[in-house]
Amino acid sequence: MSGVVGPDRAAEEITTGFPVAGVPRFGSIGEVRTGLAGVDYLADEGISGVVFLADRLAKPVLVEGPAGTGKTELAKSVARLTGSRLIRLQCYEGLDESKALYEWNYKKQLLRIQADSGQSWQQLEEDIFSEEFLLTRPLLEAIKSTEPVVLLIDEVDRVELETEALLLEILSEYQVSIPELGTVRASQIPLVFLTSNNTRELSEALKRRCLYLHIDYPKLDRERAIIETRVPGISQALADQVARIVRSIRTLDLKKSPSVSETLDWARTLVVLGVQSIDAEQAKDTLHILLKYQSDIDRAAKELAGVESPD
Amino acid sequence: MLDLLTGFVAELRAAGIPVSLTEHLDAAETLRHVPMEDREAIKYTLGASLVKSSTHWRTYETAFEIYFSLRGPDYRIEEDGDDGEGHRGDDDEAVSIPGQGNRRGQGQGRGSGGGQEGMTPEELAELLYKALLGANSAMVAAVARQAVSRYAGMEAGRPVGGTYYLYRTLRNLDLDRVLEQLVDQARAATSSLNDDMPPGDGAPPATLTPLEERLLRDEYQSRIDQLRQEIENEIRRRLVADRGSEALAKSLRKPLPEDIDMMHATRDELVALRKSLQPLSRKLAVRLARKRRHGRKGALDFRSTVRHSLSTGGVPVDPKFRYPRPSKPEIVVIADISGSVASFARFTLHLVHAISSQFSKVRSFVFIDGIDEVSRFFEGADDPSEAVHRINTEADVIWVDGHSDYGHAFTVFWERWGEEITPRTSVLLLGDARNNYHASQAWVVKELRARARHVYWLNPEPRAYWNSGDSIVGEYAVHCDDVVEVRTLRQLERFVGELA
Repeated sequence: MSGVVGPDRAAEEITTGFPVAGVPRFGSIGEVRTGLAGVDYLADEGISGVVFLADRLAKPVLVEGPAGTGKTELAKSVARLTGSRLIRLQCYEGLDESKALYEWNYKKQLLRIQADSGQSWQQLEEDIFSEEFLLTRPLLEAIKSTEPVVLLIDEVDRVELETEALLLEILSEYQVSIPELGTVRASQIPLVFLTSNNTRELSEALKRRCLYLHIDYPKLDRERAIIETRVPGISQALADQVARIVRSIRTLDLKKSPSVSETLDWARTLVVLGVQSIDAEQAKDTLHILLKYQSDIDRAAKELAGVESPD
Repeated sequence: MLDLLTGFVAELRAAGIPVSLTEHLDAAETLRHVPMEDREAIKYTLGASLVKSSTHWRTYETAFEIYFSLRGPDYRIEEDGDDGEGHRGDDDEAVSIPGQGNRRGQGQGRGSGGGQEGMTPEELAELLYKALLGANSAMVAAVARQAVSRYAGMEAGRPVGGTYYLYRTLRNLDLDRVLEQLVDQARAATSSLNDDMPPGDGAPPATLTPLEERLLRDEYQSRIDQLRQEIENEIRRRLVADRGSEALAKSLRKPLPEDIDMMHATRDELVALRKSLQPLSRKLAVRLARKRRHGRKGALDFRSTVRHSLSTGGVPVDPKFRYPRPSKPEIVVIADISGSVASFARFTLHLVHAISSQFSKVRSFVFIDGIDEVSRFFEGADDPSEAVHRINTEADVIWVDGHSDYGHAFTVFWERWGEEITPRTSVLLLGDARNNYHASQAWVVKELRARARHVYWLNPEPRAYWNSGDSIVGEYAVHCDDVVEVRTLRQLERFVGELA
């Protein structure tokens, strides 16, 4: 914000109705699970349980886990399932409140002042700090929305520790305070998902306000099911084989284990190539889709070909 | 239920997981919404509000299994003389096993005694074998139960930790051999295409491709892991039934990875340590880089300020500062890698090299009684763990007998590399200073101190043991800037964070 400070009207509250816990979106944990499966997201016990709880307790969910295990996808799927609008805030270093919360529309304010029709300063001031001149950014957008919303705050570990504080008010109270305008409260409680790749420890304050969900690489059965739903035209045998090979590769000590999305890419490639069953040679030729480091590829190729590793 | 939850939370806190009051309240709220009979759901949803870090999950799980374990007469420890109890357990087996066994038709004939009471060890082995072959989790659980009641030799009221029972059970089952047997069997099956052939019966070697064999092996391995898990759960359940949650929780408490004592870690704990080392070093590097970029402000740049003041009519409204260039320290690590402190040295070397971009130069030396430079292993390798592995096999560190001799190692270091220590160097000495009663040669450390910027000694032993027995850390300590006790990853992280 610039040096302009408007009249202090923080006491005044702009509400579009008080937040009500509202009608629960889901009846039971099982319902979440089948619902998510209906939109092609195969959740396990933990995931469906936490989503259910997030709705009931009206708490945000902090999702952590290795890259490419479906953290962002979870938020999207929940949005699809509940028929809500997905509002996404991509975090990056240097994100500030004018990008995340709101910003005053200076140009429009200037125009308004120039188009002065002999009003008193008092009136004018009240006028240019009204909602008409407010540019909403994702967080405020999610709060102001009257239709149901899923708010996705992606890769929250990328913002600086200090910037996290911006999120705290919205996460615990579902409200945004604008000094010139007052406090905007949510008319409906959005489902909030924060994702993190765990590149740094998030602050205690943030963690305390959230439910925590760790999504790890899926178990064999689930991964197979995921491949079958997400890759059209794959045979069961191939899906099974893909899942097994990926599991074996993950047990190796690699720089970057193959993620679910990479597994899916690999499966798709194999389908396109018309492979019915993978042998070591084909696996070796297509490994670069699964693994992104040359040293990892060499290592996995060697292992799959049956050569015992030095250790 | 709320009392149980309170006890549970207290146990989590005692195990080192920070649980705040709000989180406790959330957990209580959770219980209102999640149906009580769904144990798995309770576990995950409670975890969502109580545990806020993935590394703590294992500890949480153990505590949960103890506090919310299934109870009932089935899980009581059976006294040998008590026939009634014994029957009860076996009846249970009789119900579950033949039903599952039928699924594998041809196996049923051989393992004829499968469901009877008082199985012989051979029959149990047979059953185990079939359970693993068939991938039937109910059967695996049944076998685990049977194995525990047979082999663990549990006695009511005996104050022994669960690991002892676990060890006894596993030793009797000999799972490694079973794994080989399973793989052999699969090999034989493919080569002859005759499923009825008994295992390992002189079948010629595989037509199985290496890839297939590898996959099979992993498959069986994962089933065996499942069995091991079952056995562990079974033992735990019985112990809870015997001794009650609270007493047990204390003895079975698993430390968090960052609190594991590096010198006395078990193999599993070492694996956990190694796993948490990677994210830890990454986080540390990110944090240090951030600190460097944002933390300090450079001195006032007078020239630039004046130049910029031209646009405001010569009034220096906007002072400009020099770009901060904090000096990066140079690090020399000298580590004892003899048996007693090897894992500690490895972790420290790994961590220091993983964040080597935060230092202008890192050189490492390892010694037992001879000393060798190992920086070259880290230079080419993009994976520190690989380099650490090479240190163990390639470094030339033995001079006479392979017992630590700090004095000799330090003297040689001083002669060969002493010149290269500059006032910008920080020297880290790693070891427990157990010198096997050799001469200490502490003057080397004194010389190092005179020449280097800092000399730190990291000792993986608890402070109470210092200077006892052949430990002479005190003799070196007088010449060091600081001697730090570093027994856990948490302490190591803190030290390295302050260093950079």
